[in-house]
Amino acid sequence: MTSPLEQKKIRITGPSVVTANRTWDGIVIYRTARQGWSADLSEAAIVRTSDEARALLTEAEADDVGAVGAYIAPVEVKDTGAIKPGNLREHIRSEGVTIDLPVPA
Amino acid sequence: MYAYDELDRTLINERVSEFRDQVKRRLSGELTEDEFKMLRLQNGVYLQLHAYMFRVAIPYGTLSSKQLRRLAHVARRYDRGYGHFTTRQNIQYNWIKLAELPDALADLAEVGIHAMQTSGNNTRNVTSDQWAGVAPGEVEDPRIWSELLRQYTTLHPEFSFLPRKFKFAITASEHDRAAIKVHDIGLRLYKNAEGETGFEVLVGGGLGRTPFIGKTIKSFVPGRDLLSYVEAILRVYNQYGRRDNIYKARIKILVHELGIEKFAGEVEDEWLRMRDSALTLDEAVVEEIRSRFTYPVYEQLPHMPDELRKAAHDPLFEAWRSNSVAPHKVPGYAIVTLSLKPVGGPPGDATAGQMDAIADLADKYSFGEIRVGHEQNLALPHVARRDLPALWRALDKIGVATPNVNLVSDIIACPGLDYCSLANARSIPIAQELTRRFANHDTANLIGKLHVNISGCINACGHHHVGHIGILGVEKNGEEFYQITIGGRADEHAVVGALIGPAVPYGQVADVVEDIVEAYLALRERPDELFIDAVKRLGVEPFRERVYATR
Repeated sequence: MTSPLEQKKIRITGPSVVTANRTWDGIVIYRTARQGWSADLSEAAIVRTSDEARALLTEAEADDVGAVGAYIAPVEVKDTGAIKPGNLREHIRSEGVTIDLPVPA
Repeated sequence: MYAYDELDRTLINERVSEFRDQVKRRLSGELTEDEFKMLRLQNGVYLQLHAYMFRVAIPYGTLSSKQLRRLAHVARRYDRGYGHFTTRQNIQYNWIKLAELPDALADLAEVGIHAMQTSGNNTRNVTSDQWAGVAPGEVEDPRIWSELLRQYTTLHPEFSFLPRKFKFAITASEHDRAAIKVHDIGLRLYKNAEGETGFEVLVGGGLGRTPFIGKTIKSFVPGRDLLSYVEAILRVYNQYGRRDNIYKARIKILVHELGIEKFAGEVEDEWLRMRDSALTLDEAVVEEIRSRFTYPVYEQLPHMPDELRKAAHDPLFEAWRSNSVAPHKVPGYAIVTLSLKPVGGPPGDATAGQMDAIADLADKYSFGEIRVGHEQNLALPHVARRDLPALWRALDKIGVATPNVNLVSDIIACPGLDYCSLANARSIPIAQELTRRFANHDTANLIGKLHVNISGCINACGHHHVGHIGILGVEKNGEEFYQITIGGRADEHAVVGALIGPAVPYGQVADVVEDIVEAYLALRERPDELFIDAVKRLGVEPFRERVYATR
């Protein structure tokens, strides 16, 4: 659960994506290979080297209007090609809270 | 209730217009996030894991039914139908959209609610005893002084860019329900030997990464000198507080490093220069604020009405009454705590439906007034004792009559890693599991008063340091672990808890708490020796032994 604040010190050690929150509504988004954003992790661009990660992050950070707080996050790429979040923090960001939300009345 | 004057209303409305313009400029790209961040934080808007989080102030924990309905409306219209009451008398919405925030703020402003002082390196929402104005034996309603400080500090230019955030808490009762000893400035209102009303001023308390219990800097400051004295403290802090290291920027670090005597000397020097200035409070100013608080016209009612006598035969009612109903300063009335800690529920959450229903019940039974406590429960402060049975039935229907106030399942918990971008570990699921383990009311009653506080990171929003049992989530190699402390407390005898041993994994936390409780039950001298007293008598060792002997 590495904080984004500590990110600059980190060199990636496995497949990673760039993630952020969408500016107008705050939802979790991922940088795609088409220089855009998607709310779907499966559409995220996967980077495998530190240089690739930094380049993707730099590109993502340039979109200050569309996204807030971009950072590199680890993922697992399954044999099937499916992309899964690489830690609990990212799992929660991707899949939602681990508790049942209060039932609105 | 306090009625805002024209100045307050204008200020709040202007604030909405300003923020609407700022949001518009941010969304158009005219403002960068770096430029916008401070502006949004000054309006209580954080960015969390899944969305923006909007923190709304409930100054000194007082709400009208109209205001609570509006909080419900915001939850329903702009969020996901619920809100989370925090440990500093705020409410947080977890799913709000930036584009809709100006509308939400505007809706709140219509009923005198705002989000100023809920974020940023300024003076934060002034908190107080949730029983203020109705607690028996209270010197005076501390909300008068809370409101005075709120007005004085709001947007005060000298307090808007402090080294770090700054929190006040005020109590006027011997028993401290406002946790004043763990605030940057804690104020205890009392009468001195000469019969004068004034404040014991404590400074440098706080939790977080480096917990400290506040120290008395001045044993008596007359009410008329309150503003000049706290301003002197803030000036010394502003001058000497560290801005180079966020972890050392709170006033508690300055007080600790200088020592309370030297710090007090600096404050005294500053104060003597400004004591007899425009900051000296004229009684008319205090009276003006006092006059804007309205109080119910109480009836003369019996202490033991027939309704209560009959209901006493119902063991479920009696369990609730003995747990959640407290004496009121006026005979025939009571203070009722509404538990926001249902078995299996997230501590402090209330749905829009519950908020609306509580507002209706406040109108019917509590002169339209609701209180919010730092323990993340609500209270109805003016309930006629004859109405208690009917109120209980209504509260039970909406799920806020769990008779667990001050018991092991009345857990304080921060949002943790389920929501918070600072968290290392989850808090809410730990709390939920504990409420299930201790769901049996007879068992919880047998255990007695026991505060469990949970934080998902070292920032300690869940006040783990001062929980009788404190649980702190940490990360170890990508896994959630939890450090357990015991013996902490946040009241007038406040103390920071002691660590019992190595952190335990997520799946063992509830077992460890059960072990600690079982050890207490076996070791207590008599049934009425509270957990906190047993820990003080025995120390950590017997509990450590019990927890780690088989782990």
